[in-house]
Amino acid sequence: MKEGKPLWKGVPERLSHELKSVMEKLSLGGQLVQYLFTGVTVGSIYGMVALGFNIIYNVTEMINFAQGEFVMLGGLIMVLCAKVLPLPMAFCVTVAAVTAIGAIMERSTINPLKNTTVLTLIIVTIAVSILLKGIAMFIWGKDPYMMQPFSGTEPLHLFGAAIQTQAFWVLGISGIVVLLLTLFFRKARYGKAMLACADNAEAARLVGIKVNLMVLLSFALSAAIGAAAGAVITPISLMEYDRGALLGLKGFGAAVLGGLGSFSGAVVAGLLLGVVESLCAGFVSSGYKDAVALLLLLLVLFVRPSGLFGNVEASKIKKF
Amino acid sequence: MRRFGKGWGGSVTLTFCLILVWSLAPKAVTAKEPYKVGAVFAVTGGASILGEPEKRTAEMLAEEINKKGGIDGHKLELVLYDDESDETKCRTRVTRLIKTDKVPVIIGPSTSGNTMAVIAVCDESKVPLISCASSIKIVTPVSERKWIFKVAPSDSHSVERIYEFLLKKGIKKVAIMTVSDGYGSSGREELLRVAPNVGIEVVADERYGPKDTDLTAQLTRIRGTGAQAVINWSVGPTQILAVKNWKELGMTAMTFVQSHGFASKKNIELAGGAAEGVFCPLGRVNIPDLLPATDPQKKVIMAYNEAYQGRFKEPLSAFGGHAWDALQLAVEALAAVGPDPAKIRDYLENRKNFVGQGGVFNFSPADHCGLTKDSFEMVVVKNGTWALAQ
Repeated sequence: MKEGKPLWKGVPERLSHELKSVMEKLSLGGQLVQYLFTGVTVGSIYGMVALGFNIIYNVTEMINFAQGEFVMLGGLIMVLCAKVLPLPMAFCVTVAAVTAIGAIMERSTINPLKNTTVLTLIIVTIAVSILLKGIAMFIWGKDPYMMQPFSGTEPLHLFGAAIQTQAFWVLGISGIVVLLLTLFFRKARYGKAMLACADNAEAARLVGIKVNLMVLLSFALSAAIGAAAGAVITPISLMEYDRGALLGLKGFGAAVLGGLGSFSGAVVAGLLLGVVESLCAGFVSSGYKDAVALLLLLLVLFVRPSGLFGNVEASKIKKF
Repeated sequence: MRRFGKGWGGSVTLTFCLILVWSLAPKAVTAKEPYKVGAVFAVTGGASILGEPEKRTAEMLAEEINKKGGIDGHKLELVLYDDESDETKCRTRVTRLIKTDKVPVIIGPSTSGNTMAVIAVCDESKVPLISCASSIKIVTPVSERKWIFKVAPSDSHSVERIYEFLLKKGIKKVAIMTVSDGYGSSGREELLRVAPNVGIEVVADERYGPKDTDLTAQLTRIRGTGAQAVINWSVGPTQILAVKNWKELGMTAMTFVQSHGFASKKNIELAGGAAEGVFCPLGRVNIPDLLPATDPQKKVIMAYNEAYQGRFKEPLSAFGGHAWDALQLAVEALAAVGPDPAKIRDYLENRKNFVGQGGVFNFSPADHCGLTKDSFEMVVVKNGTWALAQ
């Protein structure tokens, strides 16, 4: 071995290896803490992506498959901004930029299509996601991008488990996002108007709510949430042009699991999905991790087709 | 005609010219006929990272050879096509090389998939192919691969080199973690197959997806198994993640080995300091400056390095080296036996001690790759760059 802690000096190499590997073993409790933390961190990102799906779904009844691309753009723009701006500024610029992209997407591709079916709109979002991916590949190339964690690279040791400080940022930011969203939908005029659209777009229009504007707002809002998720996860996972699709898929899984349209359901299901994946990778087999997550999704849907927190009555009226 | 026919002087000049042309022309056709070599690389598309340096190298080398007078006075004509990283297009290009361009030998394609797609074409037309891709399946079973050779080392060579290195360090218990794509699956297969033969025990076999965001769960599990070393087999972002998580979990006392897919300085940069102390097997062409003067490959690699860096201002890659080896072998064969596909095949099959960029090749009827595990050198990341590991 190259480096030598003084403790191991003089110990024959073979023996020192044995000793070290014994020392390296973690207690079961420590392992559990490690898996849970990893799961909750990844899970909160799934939750945030799911929230983005739900906001748009609630207002328009469509699924925006470019949601994962917002996360990817958030991460890559953040890497770019963090090089020239201080972190809080870079974060704000990133979120603003991706919000603008979300709004432009709605105005240029969704809004012009009048009198069309939800299915057509969903296919349009798939086209946009491919387009965004292509543009990102042109700008950033195919290499993954790395970013320093927001606060120090030294991991924190908790019950023998090593936890990246960035994980706390992920949890904190997703907590704030959930809190702000709740406040927005409960207190703000526009939030209430959006919820009204979700309940019944026709009735909302009759009482004077501009449904058109609400759709734009929903795209901007979910782009912003996606950007925030991308910006905080990049120091942990790196980011490259084609990661959006998988994050989008996992987030969609969480949204369906929690019940399409339910905000609390999205968060809980996201966390659940993340933790189950991580525990499965840790205790069962890392190869089946994705399969187990999907199996869980299928099982829940068999028992409760409207999702964990979905409204059975409401899901009967909706098209999806 | 009229002008020349006006007088005796004109007729004499005309006759003289005719004689001159008749005496020179046949000579030029028979003795100076160019030798063709066909090439097909993934210059664009998904595998362009392989094909680009291959094309550059092949064209540069062909130019060099022609500047020095060609092959025994014959000009070397490189007929190079881009397969756009696509199997169908690759097949069309190779067919065209054989049927229209009538080349006696083909170098490339860049990827294993595309090579597998053209094996039948070359076999049917009896034209030798020197592939630049790595899969062992390209040259085995050797009885069905009479016309196919390859110059890229196999995964098994890399695996054997890693195990030899670990055993020398007294490490017998290893954990492996592999990505669930073609590259990772092939590596995992070899890691598991070779281990019992050399006395290595694989105590953990972890897998992950190519787009996974975090590998701490897999590493934590490995930590609980008492493994002395962990071998990671992937390309792309996960190989950076694995190193980062290994460092963050404080597992640096456990030796960390990457596959030869880690062979890019960019990866060290991306890991942001976390790659310090990580081992990996590299082809010597990646580390021209580190080679001792006694290394048999030192001379050819330094010459290639100087020419390539001077022209393209980018470091050498193993891929460009494969194209160099393939073209050089083809040219040697042409010089020795002329443009006869069957004779070229026989020449290649019996070529021994060919000192190339990828290693020292010893081809034989039983081995159409000709490399061994010694084509890899173990290196360690030290101060943000490669250093030879002892």
